[in-house]
Amino acid sequence: MRRGYLDRAGTILLSDYFVLYLSLAYVAVLIPFLPVLSTPANLSNVLSNMWPLLVVAIGQTFVLTIAGIDLSQGSVAGLTSILIAILIATAAPEQVLGHTPVWGWLLSEAGGPLAGVSFGTWIGVGIVLAIAACIGFANGLAVAVLRMPAFMVTLVGLIALSAFAIWLTQSNNIRNLPDDFIALGKGTLVSLFFGEQYQAQLPRREVHAFVTWPMIVALSVAVAAHILLSHTVFGRRMMAIGLNREAAEISGVPVRRIIVMVFVISALCAAIGGLLYTGRLETGRPTLGGGNFLLDVIGATIIGGTSLFGGKAKILWTVWGVLFFVLLGNTLNLMNLSAFHIDMVKGGVILAAAFLDVSRQRLRRSRT
Amino acid sequence: MSDTVLELASITKEWFGVPAVSDLTLTVPRGNVVGIIGENGAGKSTLMNVIGGVTPPTRGTMRLKGEPYAPGAPRDATRSGIAFIHQELNLFTNLSITDNIFITEYPRRFGMVDHRAAMTQTQALLDRLDIRHAPETMVEDLAPGERQLVEIAKALHRDADVIIFDEPTTSLTPRETARLFDVIERLREDGRSILYISHILSDVRRLCDKVAVLRDGRLVDEGAIGDFDIARMIRAMIGRELSSLFPDRSNLPSGQVMVQVDGISQPGVVADISFQIAAGEVLGLFGLMGAGRSELARILFGLDPAEKGSLSIDGREVRGAAMQRIRDGIAFVTENRRSEGLLMDAPISENISLATIGHIGRGPVGLLDREAEQALAEQARSDLSIRASDLTRQPVRALSGGNQQKVVIAKWLAASPKLFIIDEPTRGVDVGAKYEIYALVDRLAAEGNAVLFISSELEELIGMCDRIMVMNRGEITATFDPRETEPRFEREALLAAAFGEIVT
Repeated sequence: MRRGYLDRAGTILLSDYFVLYLSLAYVAVLIPFLPVLSTPANLSNVLSNMWPLLVVAIGQTFVLTIAGIDLSQGSVAGLTSILIAILIATAAPEQVLGHTPVWGWLLSEAGGPLAGVSFGTWIGVGIVLAIAACIGFANGLAVAVLRMPAFMVTLVGLIALSAFAIWLTQSNNIRNLPDDFIALGKGTLVSLFFGEQYQAQLPRREVHAFVTWPMIVALSVAVAAHILLSHTVFGRRMMAIGLNREAAEISGVPVRRIIVMVFVISALCAAIGGLLYTGRLETGRPTLGGGNFLLDVIGATIIGGTSLFGGKAKILWTVWGVLFFVLLGNTLNLMNLSAFHIDMVKGGVILAAAFLDVSRQRLRRSRT
Repeated sequence: MSDTVLELASITKEWFGVPAVSDLTLTVPRGNVVGIIGENGAGKSTLMNVIGGVTPPTRGTMRLKGEPYAPGAPRDATRSGIAFIHQELNLFTNLSITDNIFITEYPRRFGMVDHRAAMTQTQALLDRLDIRHAPETMVEDLAPGERQLVEIAKALHRDADVIIFDEPTTSLTPRETARLFDVIERLREDGRSILYISHILSDVRRLCDKVAVLRDGRLVDEGAIGDFDIARMIRAMIGRELSSLFPDRSNLPSGQVMVQVDGISQPGVVADISFQIAAGEVLGLFGLMGAGRSELARILFGLDPAEKGSLSIDGREVRGAAMQRIRDGIAFVTENRRSEGLLMDAPISENISLATIGHIGRGPVGLLDREAEQALAEQARSDLSIRASDLTRQPVRALSGGNQQKVVIAKWLAASPKLFIIDEPTRGVDVGAKYEIYALVDRLAAEGNAVLFISSELEELIGMCDRIMVMNRGEITATFDPRETEPRFEREALLAAAFGEIVT
């Protein structure tokens, strides 16, 4: 009998939906104490917090799959945020930005070089994505061809790129972004109103966004990433590299090319995440990916179940990991904990996730 | 009169009710070398773990030097005088020989470590074993065979009565092996008892006084070495008659040259290597460890660079990286299947499709055709009789050594190559599975492929090859072709060539 329960517990632990169950259980436990948790306003908030993080975490999932790590994602997001703002801002105050190195030749009182240009926003997005891809390419070359440890390469990227982003605007934020760009970060397609309609006009703050542009972007990225990782030759080769690089190479897997591509994908995901955040904040912010952003990204990915040792990853896991992490931050916020306490709890949860990774690995081996 | 040192009485060890060793009774006389043989999974390791205190027996008792012996931990076994020399050595390579020997208990003087005493004692131990290295030499600077001697010195230092060797010769050169045997001989004369576990039956015959054969956790046969020939050992191990160790070769090489290697050189690795392999031919490559055999294989497969030379298959030159060479028809079954041949945690089917994964991608993004992949794995299973329960879920880690090797071969068969480079394919594979691998090698040749069979086991090369090429220090020193010389192959001449001595 006891064996039966243990067995079932093991099956749940190994299920693809384990972290989803965990999230639901977590919510169920907390609702009696935090009724505000289940209000439409809060749920809408949780969802909108998920999407940019999800895109970045998907990139991290790819890198972890090949047993690498990308610490530069946060600074790529920050650099993206500031570059897109410099390119497409519609106006810029001289007293704030006049002393920055970009003033005069890129940015002026009339905004960035693409301000007012037709499709300017999308040209700008294309340019910053291309820049991000180049950064990923450089990371990938250093790891694949020069065989430097990914940890070192991307740590340097983290430090140097975020310093560069801050230097570009002398630590100032850039506002006045065009409407079409802001829509990318917070534009709504479907909003819901709960309750009785007792006046002709619905009060704006009681209408809650559910289907938004960031959701569309993030879910599209997730679906594409899922197909790439789990259903293509490319994904299979990534897994092989993560499981055993030497054996993969001897079996004819183009190891270097794939590592480079994976780092490009990671940087692109970081950049898309950065764009979504920027639109939502209506501000280009060089420190966007600073602080504990990296903790959130890697934490959410690991909690989902992607292995730090490589060769074991699923996009679905990362989706649940991000959901759990966002819920965690959200509930701790609702409990009025300080940012320090929140980070302490998050740190503990990531440690638990790393432990879970090890025990799942053991459980899986014992079952074969 | 030889008194008994170690006595096992009705030892049974069960794992979750499944016996790994059952009702085993064995005595080890003083000053005897007892060979323990059996196929993988026969219970040898479990038995040794019971003796070494790693795991307690479920039932049964042991007596050591007449006293009841029930170790609770490996430490107890060490203290009682049992030393265990593992396949993977337990040495700190970053420390000196002296430190390794005294790590658990340094001699002290006035409360301080007495380095001088440690050095003198180490020197005495090294002299006993004829190790010509200073006590302060770092273990990382020693060859594998010498490291093993350091382990033995450790055992001597603790005055062990029983020394257990687990496959001690797998990573040794013939010369180091000979030296190890000398040392074991001396330990025996010294009155110490040895348990010697090995797959190499000729070594067991040469070295042991007594043989114990395990099968499915039971002691199935036991006796003095005089009554045990190799045929009886094999019969007892596999529980049936094996008509011979090697299958008969089913074809003769065709007259047509398929593989042509010309003047491959890489300074410090190999020099001016040229040879040909005909379609349907198995060419053996023999040499001592470090002779450059595996290095040559890596160059031929495009993993390492060569300064000069060329390789062509069917008249077409082959160049570029491994990926390119696979397409041009080369397959490489590496020496080390765990670290270079397989994705141990991936399912069998994914391992089999790895080299040809490009072929099962469909459409512009390369969507995996899982049905094709599964069909490939199914075909390999029936074709090579891979024993596995679930091809798409069972990881290769869960397979036996022989079946793992078949998975590696299946992976390459899928790429339909013309030249198979096979490096030590039977290492760590038990007798029954060895035969199957030899049969596969024969089949590869019979299907008209060229096979380069690299091995340090002379017997299997003599048993399987059409010609044998010998390497020494990066050069080919001789090629033996029994079609030109009688008798078929001469062991002495092959060994002499491998040692780089003059062959006349």
